[in-house]
Amino acid sequence: MKSLNTLVFASILLSPSAALAEHKPATSIPTADLIQPAELAAKLKSATAAMPLILQIGFQNLYAQAHIPDSEYIGAAKEDAGLKQLRNRVAKLSKDTAIIIYCGCCPWSHCPNAAAAYDALHALGFTQVKVLYIAENFGDNWVDQGYPVAKGE
Amino acid sequence: MARVRMIAAALCLSACTASVASDTALRVAPDFTRTDIEGQAFSMRSCRGKLVLLNFWATWCGPCLTEIPRFIIWQRTYGPAGLQIVGISMDDEVAPVKRAVKKYHVDYPVLMGDPQLAEIFGGVLGLPLSYLIDSQGRVVARYQGDADLKQLELQIKSLLPGQ
Repeated sequence: MKSLNTLVFASILLSPSAALAEHKPATSIPTADLIQPAELAAKLKSATAAMPLILQIGFQNLYAQAHIPDSEYIGAAKEDAGLKQLRNRVAKLSKDTAIIIYCGCCPWSHCPNAAAAYDALHALGFTQVKVLYIAENFGDNWVDQGYPVAKGE
Repeated sequence: MARVRMIAAALCLSACTASVASDTALRVAPDFTRTDIEGQAFSMRSCRGKLVLLNFWATWCGPCLTEIPRFIIWQRTYGPAGLQIVGISMDDEVAPVKRAVKKYHVDYPVLMGDPQLAEIFGGVLGLPLSYLIDSQGRVVARYQGDADLKQLELQIKSLLPGQ
């Protein structure tokens, strides 16, 4: 039984299905283009700070549970449909529009969406793009910190 | 929702990536019913008497996919002693879930999650997330993020009802 289990485990690890979650890691995003949760929360609280366009480029099930107030749901940037929606949303914007994107689905190094969205916006020529650095997940690093939250579709 | 999240947070020993509840703030796992992706009815209540590993996952979550092969082996190894693993996918669509289940040969129940189901567990705002629920239906541990699978397996072995 033990050898059978080992064989099953090895075959699963070596299977092409292990590539299901392959993506460009969020760690590829330059540190200078990250914004920390505390900094964004302070900006949201400020009466004088200019508000950036905030886009959630993650998953619907997560956005519906909790998201940053006034942030717009775009869709998962790892998917073609999500990237298309992102490009459509910013199509008419000035290239110097301040944009903050965020996901928070999983630990930073595993996020499949952040780098895809960041790269797409840069390829379109946007110069003021920041990515919200969420180390572990949106629950731990935003909601549980007491930062503002909205819920719903 | 904040209050429910606080209850869930009370189950955590700390805010570290993978945390284990070892305090006495146990609570009864929420009951729910769903149809799994194969069309079979599933009820949390029907798992009473078994040790349940309730695993929230998604096909887009790398650490989740790392855990699943181990869970498959655990189900086969410890299932006869009373372990029941249940997967709840937080994917937005069922199609990639069915593909993953087929490719990985997942042979324990897999259900589709949604915000309502997530909320009764205090919110699922990051993956992977697993709850260990004892044979009395009490939540005894919560693992968030990259779980220490060796530690989790040891805990499972210590809690098996067939011990």
